[in-house]
Amino acid sequence: MTRVWSRGAHHTGRPSMLTLNNVEVMYDNVILVLKGMSMAVPQGKIVALLGSNGAGKSTTLKAISGLLKAEDGAVTDGDINFEGQRIDNQSADAIVRRGIFQVMEGRRVFEHLTTEENLLAGSYIRRDRQNIKRDLSLVYDYFPQLMKLQKRTAGYLSGGEQQMLAIGRGLMARPKLLLLDEPSLGLSPLLVREIFEIIRRINQEEKTTILLVEQSATMALGIADYGYIMENGKIVLEGTAEKLRDNEDVKEFYLGLTEVGKKKSYREVKHYKRRKRWLS
Amino acid sequence: MVFLLQLIVSGLVIGGVYALVALGFVLIYKASDVINFAQGEFLLIGAHLALTFLLVFNLPFIPAVLGALTVAVVLGAAVERVVLRPLIGEPIISMIMATIGLSSALRGLLQVFWGTETRTFPNIFPQDAINLGGVVVSQVYLWSLGIALVLLALFSFFFKRSIMGIAMRATADDQQAALSMGISVKVAFAVTWALAAAISTVGGVLLGNINGVNISLAHFGLKVLPVVILGGLDSIPGAIVGGFIIGILENLAGGYLDPLLGGGVKEVAPFIILVLILMLKPYGLFGKQVIERV
Repeated sequence: MTRVWSRGAHHTGRPSMLTLNNVEVMYDNVILVLKGMSMAVPQGKIVALLGSNGAGKSTTLKAISGLLKAEDGAVTDGDINFEGQRIDNQSADAIVRRGIFQVMEGRRVFEHLTTEENLLAGSYIRRDRQNIKRDLSLVYDYFPQLMKLQKRTAGYLSGGEQQMLAIGRGLMARPKLLLLDEPSLGLSPLLVREIFEIIRRINQEEKTTILLVEQSATMALGIADYGYIMENGKIVLEGTAEKLRDNEDVKEFYLGLTEVGKKKSYREVKHYKRRKRWLS
Repeated sequence: MVFLLQLIVSGLVIGGVYALVALGFVLIYKASDVINFAQGEFLLIGAHLALTFLLVFNLPFIPAVLGALTVAVVLGAAVERVVLRPLIGEPIISMIMATIGLSSALRGLLQVFWGTETRTFPNIFPQDAINLGGVVVSQVYLWSLGIALVLLALFSFFFKRSIMGIAMRATADDQQAALSMGISVKVAFAVTWALAAAISTVGGVLLGNINGVNISLAHFGLKVLPVVILGGLDSIPGAIVGGFIIGILENLAGGYLDPLLGGGVKEVAPFIILVLILMLKPYGLFGKQVIERV
């Protein structure tokens, strides 16, 4: 077995937990969504995957978790390795058993199940059933709001509570790698801050590696160690979160930080487009 | 007064068996939104299997039923694998049509194997009737009610508490999200059909003990449909309550209205009740409502 060392690895000096090498993804055998996507997630870190709508961020996560196969998508080139083993040819349930859990975009709680039943569903693959009770209280520790909603039907929870439930459900699987797809979607800034803080705590206290997909780059780079920026199905920029936060292009295009009050002329928009082409 | 009580008690008893058979429908509907029109044939197959183990292999009653259950479980999973799995992702109506086809095919096969004559179970339950404060009930009915109640309790517990039960309900709710928990949708569906076949076998054996085993047992499957819709297609408590309501009302209609109207009311009554309740509660008494958040 060959050890996979890859691009992302150099900044930690360790082999990465997860690597994608030139991954190509097609839907329905015609639509090419990922075009040579390469990235690495080192163990124990939070990695942010940023980019605009339709760049292929969610597809990347689904390619990793294997959920792609349920949507007529397939990895048609390249490979995905997790802890040194190829996983792109494995079924979604086998990948969850290996320790990768995807919290899907839009929360996707089981609406007709109670909060607690949702959490238990998250523990489906666990063999150590004797520890489930302890982990339920662990989730309630992270999300105290969920405690008093235990018996409530999940469909009637608020958006924020549902997002907490979706992440808590992921914790119940005790994954090594947690994939989070837009946890900030549709939530108030205050709530987003709270949830991101909890994500950071989960990373530190549970030693769970996290790959975070986000459209709102500010928050994501706030907690991430490393970041990738994606455009048109591949990575166009990568670096430590710190470096990305200071990068002029990232500031302008993803953080929305331009000089306050400065009017944008058409030339600048054109400049943006040119830049974008150059970036990709 | 005794006549009324008699009607209610026999309604309760038959209602228990209705509930059991209804549970078979509910299981499959809950898991996959499919109404299984071959449920009646499942009853008949279960009864015939038990009879075969009893009479041909000369097994005692309990081992014979266990044998029938084993074969039924395999058969149920096989039906799912061969008939329904290729249709996963197709419109629900295709799956429902497939179960109608399955019902005809199974009925044909049944007659090839076991003929069309009525077969009767040897006397398993004690024959003498019991007098409960003036109401006379045959012991077969009481046993049936008891067994039905125990099974209904077991299934409720399974879906509420066991991880497999919760996983099956989760799959019914959102297949892709269930997949993201590592729940194999294929396994969940196979277990659903296996359980439905098993519960139908018990229902078939109980009914076969009461009425004998022939094709009318298969029609019983459809007769239970009002029970299922009344209770709410996806609700286990609904199936139980619906079973008892239909059982009792049907008996009352038969006892009081049949002599006045010259018969036949008993058969129509469940459907009249069904229409009335659906006008008031479109999801059935306990059916899950579509949750819409604004």
